[in-house]
Parts: sequence; C-alpha cells; structure tokens
Amino acid sequence: MQPLSVSLWRGTSNGQFARYDVPRQPSQTILDVVTYVQRHLDSTLSYRFACRVGMCGSCAMSVNGVARWTCRTHVSKVIKGNTLEIAPLANLPVIKDLTTDMSAFFDKWAKAKGQFTGDQTRDDAFAIVRPDSEKRLEADAAIECIGCGVCYASCDTVTWKPDYLGPAALNRAWALVNDERDVAQTERLKAVAGDAGCHACHTHTSCAERCPKGISPTRGISALKKLTAKAAIRGELD
Amino acid sequence: MKPSTQAKLWYWQRISAMVLALCVLIHLVTILVAVKGGLSGAEILARTRGSALTLVFYGSFVLACAVHAPIGMMKILSEWTALPQGAVNALCAAFGAILLMVGITAVSGVYRG
Repeated sequence: MQPLSVSLWRGTSNGQFARYDVPRQPSQTILDVVTYVQRHLDSTLSYRFACRVGMCGSCAMSVNGVARWTCRTHVSKVIKGNTLEIAPLANLPVIKDLTTDMSAFFDKWAKAKGQFTGDQTRDDAFAIVRPDSEKRLEADAAIECIGCGVCYASCDTVTWKPDYLGPAALNRAWALVNDERDVAQTERLKAVAGDAGCHACHTHTSCAERCPKGISPTRGISALKKLTAKAAIRGELD
Repeated sequence: MKPSTQAKLWYWQRISAMVLALCVLIHLVTILVAVKGGLSGAEILARTRGSALTLVFYGSFVLACAVHAPIGMMKILSEWTALPQGAVNALCAAFGAILLMVGITAVSGVYRG
C-alpha cells in the first residue's frame, strides 16, 4: 500500500508544516499516524494524548482543517487523496507543534460557574433525583463532555470574539443549571448572560456538528438565553 | 453593557421577531388576495383610508420594526466595528427613533389618505 503523505505543524504559531511519509495500516487512526512520526521519524515532535480510547479528551487536533478527536478518527474516514494535514487546534495558543495551551479554555469553565455548589454535608441523606425527570434528562444530554476542545476550536464566534466563554463552558453551565442539588443558580445565570456569554452565540451549530460525543452545546446555549431573559425580566440578574 | 440589559434586549428582540413574522405573513397574503385591478396608489388608499384595522396592524408592524432592527444593528456594530459601546448605543437609539418616525408618518399617511 502507498505510504501516507502527512503534513504536520511544527513550531509555535510562527511555525510551518513539515512533510513525512507514514506506512499505511489497516484500521489506522490519526493518533497512530502522529505517534508513528514521533517514534520512528522525529522524536522532537510534541503532541498530547493519554487514554487512546476517547475518554480523556486530550488528543484533539485539526485534521485536514476540521477539529477532531484523533484517537477515534480513522485515517480512511478523513483522508483526501493520499494526504493528511494535521495542525494544532484553532482558537488556542500553540505551545509547540501539535500541543496547545488549554488554560484559557478551562479558565472559561470556571468563569461560567462550572463548579457544582451544594448545601448538603456528609451527614445528610442522599439527594433523590428521579432519572426520568425533565431536568435530569437535560443534564444527561450535556454531562458527557470530555473537555477535548473540539467545539471551542470549531466556533467562529470564539475566533472573532476571544473573550466569549465558548460552547464547552456554556454546556457545562447548562448541565449544572439542571442539577437539582445545586444552590448557585442565580450566580451561574449572571455569569453566563451577556455579550461574552450565551448572548454572543450566533447559532452556527459547528459545535454540535463536530462534538465527538454527540452533545449539542447550541441547544443548551439557546436554553440559557431563555432562562437568563426570564431572570432578567424578573430583576434577578441586577 | 450589563448582562441583565443584554438578556432583556434579547427578550425584546425575540418578542418583536414573533410579531414581525406574523405581520409579514399577513402583509404578503393581503397583497396577493386583495389586489384585483392592479396595484395602484388610488386602489390601496381607497381601502386603507379611515380603516382602524390598517392603523392598528401597520402601527404594530412599525413598532416591532423599531424595536427589532436597532437591537440587531447594535450586535452587528459591536462585533464588526471598533466603535465604543456608548457610540453604538446612541447610533442604534437614533436608528430606532428614525424607523419609528418614518413608519408612523407612512401609516398615518395611508390612514388619512
């Protein structure tokens, strides 16, 4: 089989693509390709991965211009001709090669009040949340986020408005809004309202289309817009 | 701009969009159904002169436009230009006032004939 012609981003934001020939294998993933280059062709290549099975969210990269989780992306599904172009995720500063600095991404989770705030102690009984309740189902739909950054890298609004919280942070906030045990809901709505929050979303739905876990942050963001509007009309956000 | 103000503006843009959707539909259907002998000014004015229904319907249409358009314009100017927020707000308030004034003048014109 003809070897793959792979272009990998090298350097920082001022870097350039370098080309490598990588042997083609059956069921080969993009992460396999990058790992082959690092282990056999150029050991100075930097990239990030951990679990290799789609759980940790650390290996996302831009593959032929589209943000993807590389450990679960088969070469055969995304290859164009015989070439692959692999770059670091967009909308994040490049540390080196394929590794991005995700500090701003996770800082925004904190800004969106993405931490659970309860008022029970270990001495209290377990909270009983019905698995088929409307809120629990909404939380279920949003909770499986692995923090890979694919949605954030795919979001045009983040590109032109860098202080926008982004789809992942707002999806996290939406999951917690639906947590019946959480007691910081007004503070959370205040944190996600406004032109750096849910009201900046233009509903392009790139996040929903590209989320590898099938989550729709757009849906949660739309719901946050309605909730914050109701709270603002009632004067709760002042 | 305060987050609570943003949220309220989003609410009013949504409400005015609902009104506009209904008004545009009625407006277009009325044009298709009502035109009999050509779309002349005299024919239109003969129907609208002194009509309270025309006054209320197109008055609501104009009001919804004057609320909806400036809020959208505010978003576009904030995102696409480097204008300070105060200037954006002033421009959009003026834009809304002009829309309202021109619209009311037009509605009043077709009502009085």
